[in-house]
Parts: sequence; C-alpha cells; structure tokens
Amino acid sequence: MVTALRDARAVAETVTDPELPMLTLADLGVLREVSESGGTVIVSITPTYSGCPAMDTMRDDLVHALHAAGYDEVEVRTVLHPPWSTDWISEAGRRKLADAGIAPPGDAPAARPGPVPLTLGPTVRRVRCPRCGSAETEELSRFSATACKALHRCRACAEPFEHMKEL
Amino acid sequence: MSFDNAYEAITEENSSRWAFGTGFEDPLSGMDTAVPSGVDAADLTAYCLMLGDDALIVSHRLQEWCTNAPELEDEVAIANIGLDLLGQARLLLARAGGGRGEDDYAFFRDEHEFRNVRLAELPRGDFGKLIARLLVFATWRLALLSRLADSRDPVLSAIAAKGVKEVTYHRDYAAQWAVRLGDGTEYSRERIREGLERVWPFVGELFVPHEIELRLTEAGVAVDPSTLRAEFDDVIAQVLAAATLDVPDVAARAGVAGRTGRDGVHTEAMGYLLAELQSVARAHPEGTW
Repeated sequence: MVTALRDARAVAETVTDPELPMLTLADLGVLREVSESGGTVIVSITPTYSGCPAMDTMRDDLVHALHAAGYDEVEVRTVLHPPWSTDWISEAGRRKLADAGIAPPGDAPAARPGPVPLTLGPTVRRVRCPRCGSAETEELSRFSATACKALHRCRACAEPFEHMKEL
Repeated sequence: MSFDNAYEAITEENSSRWAFGTGFEDPLSGMDTAVPSGVDAADLTAYCLMLGDDALIVSHRLQEWCTNAPELEDEVAIANIGLDLLGQARLLLARAGGGRGEDDYAFFRDEHEFRNVRLAELPRGDFGKLIARLLVFATWRLALLSRLADSRDPVLSAIAAKGVKEVTYHRDYAAQWAVRLGDGTEYSRERIREGLERVWPFVGELFVPHEIELRLTEAGVAVDPSTLRAEFDDVIAQVLAAATLDVPDVAARAGVAGRTGRDGVHTEAMGYLLAELQSVARAHPEGTW
C-alpha cells in the first residue's frame, strides 16, 4: 500500500504546468498533496492566481497521467488555504525558470498586520537578467503575458525578459 | 452535454472545455462548503453575490479594454487584472451556492438580482476614467478583503486571503498611473481629474452597509464596509497628493428611495452591460463547443 501511494505521488509529480511546461506542478508548488482513500487517489492542487485559466487543464493532465499509470479512481481537489506563494517554487523550479529565460522570483512579501502598504514608485527590487546575469535591469510593466509574470528589460544586454513576480 | 458531477466532466474524453454550461469545473471542487454555525444560508448566498458581482462586473468593464488599451504593456496589465477579478468572481459565485452554479448566477439572473455596487457598472469611458475607477475600486476592495481574510467562514477567508495578494498589484497599478497622469501633462491631468469626478458620486455607496452585511458581520463572517472608510481615505490622500490632484467635491448620486446597487437597483448602464455579457449564454442555453 505504501509503495502504491509513493508511486501515485511519483506519477503526479511528473505532470507539467500547461503554461510553463519546463516546470512540473510539484516544482511550482501547485501540487499540494497526494493521498489514497478506499482505492481512490486524491490529488490536491492550489491555483497560483484566482483566475488561473490553467486549472482545468492541470486537472485533466493529472487524471490522465494517473489513469495511464493504472489508477482508475482519481479525484482532484482544490485547496485555497493557505494561498499559493512563489516561495513554494522549488530550487529545481527556479533553475528551470532561469534556464528558460524567466527570472525567478525573490522572497515573497511577508504578511504584516494592518493595511497593505501602497507602492507608488517603481520597483526597487533588482532582478538579475537571466540572459547575461547583469543586475542593471528595469521593470517595464508589472504584468506580462500571464498574471504571474512581470516584464523587465536589461540595460546591459538590452534584451527584454520576463520575471516571475513575488506573490 | 451535461454531467452529473465534476468528476464525470473531467474524465470524459477530450474534456478540455472553456465555455459556460459545458461541464465547466466547480472552482471549489473538493472543498468543505458547509455553512458556518449560526449563519443564515440565504444571507451567506446574498453576501457572496455582492462581492462576486462587484468582481464580475468590474472584470467585464476591464475586458472591454481588450485590443483598445493605449499601450501593449497596459493591454496585458488590464486583461490580467480583469482575469484576476473574474477568478475571484467564479470562487464567490460558486461559494454562493443556494442550488445554483456560478454560470447560472452570471448568465441567468436579471438586473435587479445583481448586487454589485453601482461604481462597478459605470460605462467604460476613457483611460482616465479606467484608472479612476480602478483606483477607487481596488483601494476599497483591498481594505475589504484584508479584513475578510479573518472571516469565520473558512471558504470566504481563503478566497479573501488569496484576493489580497492580487488586488495589492491592482491598486499599485492604478495608483502609479494616477500619479503619472495627474502629475503629467496638462492634457493627462485633465483626463484623470475628469475621471475621478465621474466616479466620485458613487464612492459614498461603497461604505453604506446593507442589513445583510451587518447581520453577517455580527456573526463574524462578513465585513461592515463602513469600517473601511478611514483606510480608503488615507490611501486615496497619499495617491492624490503624489498626483497633485484634489479629492473631487461632487454630490453623491442618490439611489431610488434609498436603494442602490446592493439592493439590486442599478444605473442605466447595467442593462446594456448585462445584455452583452449574457447574450450568448441566453441564445444558446446548454450550448457546448
């Protein structure tokens, strides 16, 4: 039984993110738990953003991967709490992002009691260029092709690049 | 094609569907959605519709900017903010329960059944008005969601905690543009000034609690919006000071016999908005593709 469970987890861990296919859902911290109950594999996933349009595809991919591995009964559950954080992206996931030209996120802002502080100026965080490694970069837009990324430009090599923003 | 449950929908072959009424996933699938003790289920439904409709209707107004934004960077920013709010709307309309699903609430209710604040539905307007509305809306919603994260209802609490992270980015986006426009050229300044003047008559309504909100606040589930005013005023003062703009001095837009958006009483713009939002779903109920 224990072996079977480990296998189900191993199968779920091979499923990749539909929008960032170089990363697995496990790398991304989206895969939260794999358990087994009464012959059913229960996989818990959490959305990166509330409106993440890839959730349906993730469910489908998980179900299909586990079916293909011989698990007939698969249930995919959504968990919202605690909310996903970029801090959950694994070290391997960060390397894969950088290799794909996407600057990985820094530390997520710590939750503090009281009102959320307003940021009126440009971002002060220095994001290193994933192409040439320079820290001389600037933010072009805090939103990019997906909600989870920001658009930056390197002043050293002049190339634009994406940065997975801290959440 | 319809399914008895989400499991059937996702295991059906070629099941990747992206449209209404087509076995679309329950975004709360697998979560415990029991109503907390001491809470009236109809009240909880109405409250979820209030916050869900706010997000749905503002999201629709933001979607109207797709292919119309002034710059590519803003095109994707506005679309992403609209997508975040649509996601929040899906979670909240699903949480509303009451025997109806999110699509049913979005596409098959009539105007008087929508409980969004009237600010949400105001016509799209120009970029100055977009920024003015988003600044007001995101500032108010962030204050609300950050308190709702302490709700006794674990589902609302989780939705709110997730939303706080998103709306923080929305508010910063609007605030930074407000400063850029207000402290920019004579022309940009006039556009944002006029935008603020157009939306300001609908600001007061944001802080008037509905009786359902008060009952649920008493039960530890909701947030009394009148408690958000101080934080709202403080943030707006910071932004407008940096933008060298003044808080508009305009009269509040009255409701009908004291009834406003939370009571299902809307402005003329709402009917046109819903006609567009709902036309496809109503022309082809249960349609799939």
